[in-house]
Amino acid sequence: MHAFKYHRPSSVDAAASLAKGDAKLLAGGQSLVQAMKLRLASPTDIIDLGTLKELQGIKSDGKSVTIGAMTRHAEVAHSADVKKAIPALAALAGIIGDRQVRSMGTIGGSLANNDPAADYPAAVLALNATITTNRGKHEADKFFKGLYETALKDGEIITSVTFQAPKRAAYMKFKNPASRFAIVGVFVADFGGSVRVGVTGAGPCAFRQADMEKALSGKFAPESVASVKQKKEGLNTDLHASAEYRAHLVTVMAKRAVEAALK
Amino acid sequence: MNAPLIGARIARKEDYRFLTGAGQYTDDVTLPNQSYAIFVRSPHAHAKIKKISTEKAKKSSGVLGVFTGEDVAAAKLGGLPCGWLITDVNGQPMKEPPYPVLAQGKVRFVGERVAVVVAETLAQARDAAEKVEVDYEALPAVVDGRKAMAKGAPQLHEIAPNNTCYVWQIGDKGAVDAAFAKAAHVTKLDFINNRLVPNAIEPRAANGHYSRADDSYTLYVASQNPHVERLLMTAFVMGLPEHKVRVVAGDVGGGFGSKIYLYAEDVAVTWASKQVNRPVKWTADRSESYTSDAHGRDHHTVAELALDKDGKFLAMRVKTTANVGAYLSTFASCIPTILYATLLAGQYTTPLIHCEVTAVFTNTSPVDAYRGAGRPEATYVVERLVETAAREIKMDPAELRRKNFIRQFPYQTPVALLYDTGNYDATLDAAMKMADVSGFGKRKEESKKKGKLRGLGYACYIEACGIAPSAVAGSLGARAGLFEAGEIRVHPTGSVTVFTGSHSHGQGHETTFAQVVADRLGMPVENVDIVHGDTSKILFGMGTYGSRSIAVGGTAIVKALDKIIAKGKKIAAHLMEAAEGDVEYDKGVYQVKGTDKKKMFGEVAFAAYVPHNYPHDKLEPGLNENAFYDPSNFTFPAGSYVCEVEVDPETGKVAIDKWVAVDDFGKIINPMIVEGQVHGGLAQGIGQALTENTVYDASGQLTTGSFMDYAIPRATDIPNFQVDTRETPCTHNPLGVKGCGEAGAIGAPAALMNAITDALGVKDMPMPASPQNVWAALNSKKAA
Amino acid sequence: MGVKVSMKVNGKPASAEVEERTLLVTFIRETLRLTGTHVGCDTAQCGACTVSMNGKAVKSCSILAMQAEGADITTIEGVAKADGTLHPMQAAFKEHHGLQCGFCTPGMVMNAIDFAKSHPNPSEQEIREALEGNLCRCTGYHNIVKAIGAGARAMAGK
Repeated sequence: MHAFKYHRPSSVDAAASLAKGDAKLLAGGQSLVQAMKLRLASPTDIIDLGTLKELQGIKSDGKSVTIGAMTRHAEVAHSADVKKAIPALAALAGIIGDRQVRSMGTIGGSLANNDPAADYPAAVLALNATITTNRGKHEADKFFKGLYETALKDGEIITSVTFQAPKRAAYMKFKNPASRFAIVGVFVADFGGSVRVGVTGAGPCAFRQADMEKALSGKFAPESVASVKQKKEGLNTDLHASAEYRAHLVTVMAKRAVEAALK
Repeated sequence: MNAPLIGARIARKEDYRFLTGAGQYTDDVTLPNQSYAIFVRSPHAHAKIKKISTEKAKKSSGVLGVFTGEDVAAAKLGGLPCGWLITDVNGQPMKEPPYPVLAQGKVRFVGERVAVVVAETLAQARDAAEKVEVDYEALPAVVDGRKAMAKGAPQLHEIAPNNTCYVWQIGDKGAVDAAFAKAAHVTKLDFINNRLVPNAIEPRAANGHYSRADDSYTLYVASQNPHVERLLMTAFVMGLPEHKVRVVAGDVGGGFGSKIYLYAEDVAVTWASKQVNRPVKWTADRSESYTSDAHGRDHHTVAELALDKDGKFLAMRVKTTANVGAYLSTFASCIPTILYATLLAGQYTTPLIHCEVTAVFTNTSPVDAYRGAGRPEATYVVERLVETAAREIKMDPAELRRKNFIRQFPYQTPVALLYDTGNYDATLDAAMKMADVSGFGKRKEESKKKGKLRGLGYACYIEACGIAPSAVAGSLGARAGLFEAGEIRVHPTGSVTVFTGSHSHGQGHETTFAQVVADRLGMPVENVDIVHGDTSKILFGMGTYGSRSIAVGGTAIVKALDKIIAKGKKIAAHLMEAAEGDVEYDKGVYQVKGTDKKKMFGEVAFAAYVPHNYPHDKLEPGLNENAFYDPSNFTFPAGSYVCEVEVDPETGKVAIDKWVAVDDFGKIINPMIVEGQVHGGLAQGIGQALTENTVYDASGQLTTGSFMDYAIPRATDIPNFQVDTRETPCTHNPLGVKGCGEAGAIGAPAALMNAITDALGVKDMPMPASPQNVWAALNSKKAA
Repeated sequence: MGVKVSMKVNGKPASAEVEERTLLVTFIRETLRLTGTHVGCDTAQCGACTVSMNGKAVKSCSILAMQAEGADITTIEGVAKADGTLHPMQAAFKEHHGLQCGFCTPGMVMNAIDFAKSHPNPSEQEIREALEGNLCRCTGYHNIVKAIGAGARAMAGK
């Protein structure tokens, strides 16, 4: 990787003041360090958020769960609070990457990076999460702007994410045979009459599937989505999955997520 | 102490160092004054090099030297040689374009070495490499073997019109065509044997060290055959005498063929170490491995099988285009010919076979041997044809195989090989029983109830191992011998060091070979150490590939042991005051026939080194013998694989539900190690059929250049294997062994694709059967 | 350009002046010369570089040495007892022939030890899933899976 200057700020504010120009915030580093090694990213400065206690921890009040930005995927997966309030979210965290990656990777890092195949964005959309930063709050629906693009401004740092606890929910992921990232991941959440469906992997960034939400809000059952087709236009195409195949998988994964949520 | 060691499941002697982090792989070797190399590689598949500017790189921090094609040309370094000359259908030699160490005016594949930068640290070398400015004029590229032969295709080498390296054939075409004309049924398949990247988990590495003190070089390198590496590098490329070059291949983290060859990087760091007068180390990144390691397979084949009305095979006709990449790698030319077409008889009595192979240059990484090397390709042809024929004539596929099995040995095939022994019914019967084939129908019904498709597939493979009788190989174009060397050094107190030319990079020779020696000498395996991988210690060696280590390297050790035991007999006879002819030897004990007079092997060894009472008039002191062994024939491991899959038609995902492998490797020294070899081979074969594929885009960029895009199997992709063996000992080596390293990779792809096509109800589909490809195959079946 | 980094490695303090861009694996292999931790890829897929950081298995190729400031690191060299006796997981790999070329082995063992702490009696499926981040090209995973099951049970005293 190219040379850079390393910073270990003692507060979020201090971190924010360093985060300008070609500086990069370092959370768990599971994507950023890779990109730097391959010289795909060459920041001038690295601002390590690893020691900021204010960004860590999980809180639950039964109706919602708030997860600090620097909380590792493994902590979310094993958290009794998350398992109780939103078991599907704990399950999702438990299948991100692999177990070594889950011990380092963080929710804040994942959301700020907004990889098109990341898992958390599907949950953020389906669980109507609020993303809190040092500057304010972002609604889930307005957060993901495009390929690796979010509503975050320069110097803005995610501090926590608050997920609404649904009546029932599940996440189904179809993995890329090589990278094991999601080719398609579908998170369905039933809030009792109102259903939200978040889809990741399929498009340039995660999106809600309105037709499926409508069908499922009518009746929360697998057959409600089995015939709802996802349009292939605008979906990703790569070696492992054409847009057409991805569109097909969105329906299959949605159906299976509903089946799992009902179990 | 005298419990038999042959056939014992002994835990490996080498494991302790690997389990505690004490292994010494090439990148672990850091020499005093170490410097580091980074290669500047071509980003183009095909381009002219107009100019290279190295000034900025040379001024970069810590840089010791920057070298380009001009420098190696000025130093008169030769090109990388090809070790096998194929003669074409017209009796002409194959086209052998030069394969320069660093590109000369033109680059022909993405990843080709253009310059090498040597610096104090790796990071500095990398920084400086970015400052080497290369002005390219991009040329049109061709990556597909068939397209490369077409009119108007971009031409890679002036000496190879139509990008053709050779057109080669075997068999009687006229007789084969006549047999097809009168066949009751002809089965035809047209498929691609996908290109694979071997991906040993240890990336290649080389550390060259020139010493002014004695004008000598030492090269530490991740290699499967250090002596061959030295021979090729000194005699063909650098023009050095061999005694001035030592090649050390210590612990090597897997090879699978990819570490057989002499690579440009190995030569470059060795040569550069003299230029900068510092040791120069290079270790590949995985991304570099993907473009600069030799790839495997990449055949396009049209294959036909002619049957009579009863299902007897009458003839086979095969036409293959083999994509050899941009240059000829060390053994590239013999893989799609000698190691491929000669195996097309399989386990069957097919009386007439014709195969024509066209080897073609393309703007892709060179292709060479990868685990199985030619034999997986042959098995895929034979076993996909047989299974498809059975379906077409509505005969049980096992029945069709039995109808055509070879049962008389020795058996001369129509494609040059002479099978010494085998029992194909035994392995097929055992595999079918273990796989509960009779219960398949019921399991298929159960899968159907769950909305899943179940299929069953067989592969009955044969391979030619124990490579090779040198005279035979020489007559077919080999430019080297293919014997093996071994040396037994008995120490004064009776412990033993064995030196072998067979390199171990996962195969467990340190244990298996020690078992062979300890068994014969009647001592615990702890008393025997195996040394390999260093040209300064080992007499000579042709190395490890083609499942040859136990059959050829092991036999060389046995031959040396015979000499040790024979000399010991003379010493023992002297010590016991008996006639040599009256002394018998068994497992460490010399005994005078019919008496209780005996001498232990250790006592005899001691006498050889403390020769106070010794037949000095007849014998030299000491107990050290070596032997070279050149086999009289290939060995012919064979076996039957049965695999059962369950396909999810909604996603296209294939789950392997059952895998049975029954192999005949002849005599087995350590069943635990043999099973491990089978497991690993199967996983690579499963990888070829299910997950792995090397894809270039039309411009010649490698689309699958990392583990993010190229899927090597993970633990969840691989089933729990049921493996067993049947034993027909090899008839022409003293251990009765055949070799086991490649079997799994040879038989697995055909078995798996037979099962998948059975599940889907389609005649054929391309490898790999990735979810997307399976889903597409199901869709086109629906559409049909 | 140099910065100081300090951590505990295999129970002993280790500190050095390094370039800021130094990866944890480079610090371990090159600075400390603990070469049992391997590098098999550049995309954090193969897991050969797995070490224990504060009790958790992590990929040392995807972590800057600076991120490990103050951490407690265990590498494969620190797993066996001081007298050389193998850890139960190492012993299980040997007994079940869970290694061939040995290159992926340190990462496998480091991940397996961490996994076994929370899975004293794992199923075959659990083990296979736990190996998602470790590639082996030699063994077909068969004997690694067996070894980890046996090693986990041995660690739990079963």
